[in-house]
Amino acid sequence: MGAIFRFFWDALRTIFRGGPLYWLWLLVLIALVAIGALHYREQWEHGLIVTGMSDQVSWGAYIANFTFLVGVAAAAVMLVIPAYIFDRNDVREVVLIGEGVAVAAVVMCMLFVTVDLGHPERFWHLLPYIGVFNFPQSMLAWDVVVLTGYLFLNLSIPFYILFTRYRGREPDLRIYYPGVLISIAWAISIHTVTAFLFSSNVSRPFWDTAVLAPRFLASAFTSGPALIVLALQVIDRFTAFKVRDEVIAFLAIVVTVALQVNLFLLGVEFFTEFYFASEHTAYARFLFFGLAGHRALVPWIWTAIAFNLIAVSILSVHPLRRRRTLLNAACALTVVGVWVEKGVGLIIPGFTPTPLGEVFDYVPTRVEILVSIGIWAFGFLVFTLLAKVAIPIETGAVTHALDDAERRKAAQAGRVTA
Amino acid sequence: MSARNPGTGKDEAGAEPARGRSSLSRRGLLRGAGWLGAVAALFGGGTALARQAVDTAAVSDSVADLFQKHYKKMSREEMQEAIARIERRAKRDFDVAIHVGNEPPLENVVFGYAISLSRCKGTRRCVEACMAENNTSRDSQIQYIRVLELDHGETNLTNADPYYDGENVPRKGKWYIPIQCQQCENPPCVKACPVQATWKEPDGITVIDYNWCIGCRYCQAACPYWARHFNWNDPKLPADEVNVDTHYLGNRPRRRGVMEKCTFCIQRTRKGRQPACLEACPTGARIFGNLLDPNSDIRYVLENKTVYRLKEDLGTEPKFWYFAD
Repeated sequence: MGAIFRFFWDALRTIFRGGPLYWLWLLVLIALVAIGALHYREQWEHGLIVTGMSDQVSWGAYIANFTFLVGVAAAAVMLVIPAYIFDRNDVREVVLIGEGVAVAAVVMCMLFVTVDLGHPERFWHLLPYIGVFNFPQSMLAWDVVVLTGYLFLNLSIPFYILFTRYRGREPDLRIYYPGVLISIAWAISIHTVTAFLFSSNVSRPFWDTAVLAPRFLASAFTSGPALIVLALQVIDRFTAFKVRDEVIAFLAIVVTVALQVNLFLLGVEFFTEFYFASEHTAYARFLFFGLAGHRALVPWIWTAIAFNLIAVSILSVHPLRRRRTLLNAACALTVVGVWVEKGVGLIIPGFTPTPLGEVFDYVPTRVEILVSIGIWAFGFLVFTLLAKVAIPIETGAVTHALDDAERRKAAQAGRVTA
Repeated sequence: MSARNPGTGKDEAGAEPARGRSSLSRRGLLRGAGWLGAVAALFGGGTALARQAVDTAAVSDSVADLFQKHYKKMSREEMQEAIARIERRAKRDFDVAIHVGNEPPLENVVFGYAISLSRCKGTRRCVEACMAENNTSRDSQIQYIRVLELDHGETNLTNADPYYDGENVPRKGKWYIPIQCQQCENPPCVKACPVQATWKEPDGITVIDYNWCIGCRYCQAACPYWARHFNWNDPKLPADEVNVDTHYLGNRPRRRGVMEKCTFCIQRTRKGRQPACLEACPTGARIFGNLLDPNSDIRYVLENKTVYRLKEDLGTEPKFWYFAD
């Protein structure tokens, strides 16, 4: 037990050791979290009336971000599969970073759902035994189960690996391999369930499509790895942890193929909606072309599609993709493009028009935007701290043994001054 | 906030004196807490101490609310306490003594509803009566019934106007269709709710436990009839407009952050009365009754008129029919 306490103690010490740039970064994030918290307080006081949501469009920015981030969380599997199934050692070196992204993303997902609730203090109604859980009927109940499980998996496996390394031993693959296999299936499940959350609604024809889950996975496996490509380069630049070019090249291929598939599936949807337009095409028409004079989403979705098309053009040409600046630009465009397509472009048109045919414009309020930014900042904070602890342990800079040596050194220094 | 919704701020200020008025003597007597009454008498109705005593009761009620169990899991005593808390809160909020009933479903009764589209003239009297009966929020205008105006020959709801001027109806060349909870036999909202805060009662009415709803609004996304309405802010209800005859699963005053909906006026219909919307209809377009009773009006309509149901293709099996005379 002592080793575990010492592990957490050292982790805590690592968090509080950093250069000015590190502290500045933390300070910015904490400030944004504080701004978000203050605005959540406003929402807590007055109710969800302070958001742009209404009976017409009853989910908005919060659920849009939630949906996007479930995809980011699931995308960690794109590192886990090559690392453990195809035994790529170069990828295995960065797999913990991917799992850190997953943890941060799931935490953000949970926060986004929580701030969307009318009665967050009643969350215990969802707990087994003391609450009343509508499982397996409700897809939302499923989502709670899979997200909680995924968070546990992505905390426990990296913890085992890091803790073993910290004690100067090699992690035993036999111990955590079953967990790895489960986490692969689980990653697919979290995003499938999230897609089912929407596609199970016969009341919302825009979501009620079997291609939604495949589309979710494709867009997740392009936007998530794109985000990880960017994150890895930041880590490579600012820490002692070095990321091999092969890893970036491999992830770039994943981003490329998934983006191609995602665009194909978008095209499939587009064809089915518009070849012979029915009453159910109203939602897609609202999104892509505007409906009854309401065109709020039209510029958004076409910008997103333009971003994705530019990105796929860069990524699909080998010489272009291999140039780091172009790759980074393509990754950034992909992340933004998918965020719009899957957030704004999925949630809002699902509600517009309403089941009774009303077209009502949803516009997020200042509170919604700042609370969302606060949650994003919190996610970045979680990821930063996880990486801050994991990297020195991975590189061997912080270990149990070294800690002992340091302790002796400190003790000696103390004796000298005394 | 007041900038965005000036009405809200004004109403809040307006509600304040009512809360103060409800202070001690009355409340103390109600609970039979003699010493509270004595304190109130000593310091005179509105002193700080007396007010503090009232707030203590309010706080203990709020704490009890926080740990209140699901409707179906409460014992008889817990249910009685929950009802007493609701009644106390209404007393505090509106200075009105409400009665919260908990009448069980009647034996061998499944309710059904039908509306004659040839008779409906779009007066929206049903909407007004519904709001008055069901204690819905006045400032946010929660309305369980939505009347749509369409051109003759038009059946696509996307081309309907829900905001038509109700003054000079029926307008030439228009027809009207009121839509409310269809009390589906296979309700998608019930399936969606992650905490079983909404369910179908044996008499076919889909109800909500307002104290169990977490406010995720998944049921609202699942409903194909736009029948579920959310309390986006604290419901505002003038004290003199409170309907004091309520039901736990029906028209008792709601709080912010929970869903609500048409319950076929459960507080009336379980006592053999007709829904408020039916009684208010000036053209007699509305027919309500027991589907299991072969001699009921609703059965007469189903057996003798050409009826149809909204969005039949979805398989929700509404217990709500539309017909033409």
